[in-house]
Amino acid sequence: MKSFRVSVHIVPRKGLLDPQGKAVADALHTLGFGAVGDVHVGRHLVIETAAADAAAAETSVREMCARLLANPVTEDYEIAGVIAV
Amino acid sequence: MKFGIVSFPGSNCDDDAVFAATETLGQPGVKLWHKSHDLEGCDVIVLPGGFSYGDYLRAGAIARFSPIMREVAVHANRGGPVIGICNGFQIACEAGMLPGALMRNAGLQFLSMPVTIRVENTDTRWTALCHEGQRLTMPIAHGEGRYTVDAATLERVEGEGLVVFRYVDAKGEPTEAANVNGSLDNIAGVRNASGNVVGLMPHPERALDPLLGSADGRVLFESVLAAVHA
Repeated sequence: MKSFRVSVHIVPRKGLLDPQGKAVADALHTLGFGAVGDVHVGRHLVIETAAADAAAAETSVREMCARLLANPVTEDYEIAGVIAV
Repeated sequence: MKFGIVSFPGSNCDDDAVFAATETLGQPGVKLWHKSHDLEGCDVIVLPGGFSYGDYLRAGAIARFSPIMREVAVHANRGGPVIGICNGFQIACEAGMLPGALMRNAGLQFLSMPVTIRVENTDTRWTALCHEGQRLTMPIAHGEGRYTVDAATLERVEGEGLVVFRYVDAKGEPTEAANVNGSLDNIAGVRNASGNVVGLMPHPERALDPLLGSADGRVLFESVLAAVHA
C-alpha cells in the first residue's frame, strides 16, 4: 500500500440556485470585474489515504463522495488531483 | 406512549421536544444519546433542531451516521412515527428517510421569525387531526431551509401528495413573498410514502402555548398521540 493525497472539488449542481455564488459574482461586478459571469462556491477537500495505486485511491474517494462527501440531490463532485506522497 | 428525543452533539431543541411530550401531552419523554443503540422502548422518535456536529460538511450529513440512526431507520421501516424538525428534517433527508435536501436560504440570511404554513396532507401520523388547508403559525430559525429536489422526484413528491406543509401568506396563498427561504413550490415539510415519517423546517415544539405567541404546534403532537392510541 502506498500513500496518496486526493483532492476533490464539490460544487452546487448546475442549474440549482446558488445564492452564495451569486452574491460573490455581484461583489466582483461591483469591484469592476465586469467580465465575470457565473460564480459557484463549493468545498475543496484534501484526503490522505492508503491505496495500492493512484487509480484505487481515486476509486475509493469517489465512493466516499457518493456516500458522504457530496449530497447526491444538490451537489456534483470531481477529482481534482491524485498525488503520491 | 413513550417519546424518544435523539440528542446529537449540537442539538439545541431536544429539551423543547421533551417538554412537548411530557408537559403538553403528559406522556413519558426521554432523551436518547446519539451513540446509543437502544430506543428504550420508545413508540415515537423526534429528531430535534439544532446544529448537530456543527453543521460540518453539510447540515445533517454526519449525524445521519450516528449509531442510533440505524435503530431509528428500523423503527421507521416498521411504521413507527418519526418527526424531523429543522436540523432533524435535514438529518432525515440526508439519511434518505425523506425525499429532497435543504440548501442555503435563497436570501443567504439566517431567518428567525414566525411563519404561516398550510396543511396540504392529513394522511400522516403527525397531521391526522388537522384539516386540509388549515393554517398554522410557528417559528422558523434556520440558515439552510430551502427545500430542493430534482425535477423527476418533485413530480413524484407533488403527484403522490408527499407535500405536508407549504409556506403561505395571511390569506393562505403560497405566494413568492411568503416563501421566505426560496423553497421549491413553497415546500415547508414533506412525508414518506407511508406517512409515518414527516419532516418540516418550522418548529412545532416552540409553538405549544399562546404565551409564546402560538399554540399551533400542539396539533402535530396531539395527532401522533391519537394515531398511536387508535
